[in-house]
Amino acid sequence: MRGLLALAAVVLLAPLALANNYHYEIAILVGLNAIVCVGLNLLIGYAGQVSLGHAGFFGIGAYGSAILAARYGWPPLASLAAATAAAALLAWVVGRPILRLRGHYLAMATLGLGIIISIVITTEDRYTGGPDGMSVPPLALAGFALSGERAWYWLVGALLVATVWLSLNLIDSPVGRALRALHGSEVAAEVAGIDSARHKLLAFVLSAAIAGLAGALTAHYAGFITPGKATFLHSIELVVMVVFGGMASTFGAVVGAAVLTALPQLLTVFKEYEMVVFGGVMMLTMIFMPTGLVPTLAMLARRRR
Amino acid sequence: MSGELAQFLLSGLTVGSIYALVALGFAIIYNASHVINFAQGEFVMIGGMATVSLLGAGLPLALAAALAVALAALIGLALARFAVQPARGASVVTLIIITIGAAILLRGLAALVWDKRIHALPAFSGDAPIAVAGATLAPQSLWVIGVTALIVCALWAFFNRTLNGKAILAVSHNRLAAQLMGISVRRVLLVSFALSAALGALAGILVAPITFTSWDVGVMLGLKGFAAAILGGMGSGPGAVLGGLVLGLLESLGAGYLSSAYKDAIAFIVMLAVLMLMPGGLLGARAAERV
Repeated sequence: MRGLLALAAVVLLAPLALANNYHYEIAILVGLNAIVCVGLNLLIGYAGQVSLGHAGFFGIGAYGSAILAARYGWPPLASLAAATAAAALLAWVVGRPILRLRGHYLAMATLGLGIIISIVITTEDRYTGGPDGMSVPPLALAGFALSGERAWYWLVGALLVATVWLSLNLIDSPVGRALRALHGSEVAAEVAGIDSARHKLLAFVLSAAIAGLAGALTAHYAGFITPGKATFLHSIELVVMVVFGGMASTFGAVVGAAVLTALPQLLTVFKEYEMVVFGGVMMLTMIFMPTGLVPTLAMLARRRR
Repeated sequence: MSGELAQFLLSGLTVGSIYALVALGFAIIYNASHVINFAQGEFVMIGGMATVSLLGAGLPLALAAALAVALAALIGLALARFAVQPARGASVVTLIIITIGAAILLRGLAALVWDKRIHALPAFSGDAPIAVAGATLAPQSLWVIGVTALIVCALWAFFNRTLNGKAILAVSHNRLAAQLMGISVRRVLLVSFALSAALGALAGILVAPITFTSWDVGVMLGLKGFAAAILGGMGSGPGAVLGGLVLGLLESLGAGYLSSAYKDAIAFIVMLAVLMLMPGGLLGARAAERV
């Protein structure tokens, strides 16, 4: 609970440090990525199942809502809800057979799924605009369009706090305990009467729905969307944010998303070295602190005392 | 046989041979260490790009190719020694991220050291097409298929006739028992990474005159080689070759008769179908990791 209050305080006080619209923009992107990562962390960190295809669900949310709103004239809130539901539905349908796979095999299956979604988005240019992308109408309710960085900041900030609250509650519930038991030993969990297939599917569908929602929000916020957000590389970026911040740590996911979203923006001078730095950070983190940033720091702090 | 069909089959076999070489690289490393090396595709890129730049420096093709293969093998050794070995015993996610990090790092370095343009290697022995059963065959395709066949034979001999090869097989069957028999597991890991890197680089050099090469060709070639390895059965050598050829043929026929726009998706649809319906693949172990 203390952590949640601290996060809410950070969200409330951060505007004091945000000087201009560009800063707000970065903060909003951090928030949106953090929302995806908190969801993905439920799957990777707690249930112990790797997904290398979550950018696909992000893309379905983004393009689903964009297409319904721009091409079929749906009100944006309805398209947002429908796109989120579509991401969840796909995860549910595909999750049943592929979650029977473990370890490497599950990673491969999600990777394949993500790439197929990304190829479909790039190829169906009648609907998606193909590689050039498409423009997306702004989020609006009863005629009032949500515009301006500040309004978006408060919306995303509130959603982030809500997602973290949901995640913390879920983890402390019987479902969360079941997920952690699965991570420890699937056989032992089964023996204790936990329906492992159902719980893994739940974490998968929930994380996909959250990714879809964040994708739809990102599309409406940016007003323009390209297939880059649905690619394999973006899936990897999402997993790295979770793992860098710290697996099985909800706040770790938030910190990971914040650091890895803001850092490239601050280092634009080194644009040419971006990939080298990003790849290097991934390798060094995994080799020297495989549990991630937040758990490692927490451990060091405990040792000090 | 119609000329069109013959054409699709020939191009399928050519590209399938490349997938087979990449898939063999995945299989060798997976057997030796149970690591899936997502940087495998980058060795394909390094092979092609290094040959192009050495050729540009005035070296003859054969020497440039040999040096490029050696460079890739060295990078493979470094990857095993400095990134995979220190993380031994880490979880699946950790190892996956380390090799993906290595792939991104190598791609970034390639863009810095070389450039971001698309390059072509000259075909090894001219461009005069050969007519086969109503289809035309580029001489380079013969090089690709021929060299792949040679390498498959050489690998068979390596794994069945030499001590190093048998040591890798022993480790893949039972790590602890192999260690007790005095096999150095560390060395097996290093050898397998160097060998896989060399195979990948060779594939990259062979295919560069046909599909061109650039700093980012490794992603798709690597992922498709990976799909081929799964289709054949992860960790099976003959499976990797069969998986590569079948995938190449499916892709070529699918692009020809069904939809050329979805050519790149075919490999991944096949991969998903295999994982859902028969995770062991065509020739893999019957007992895959299934709950």
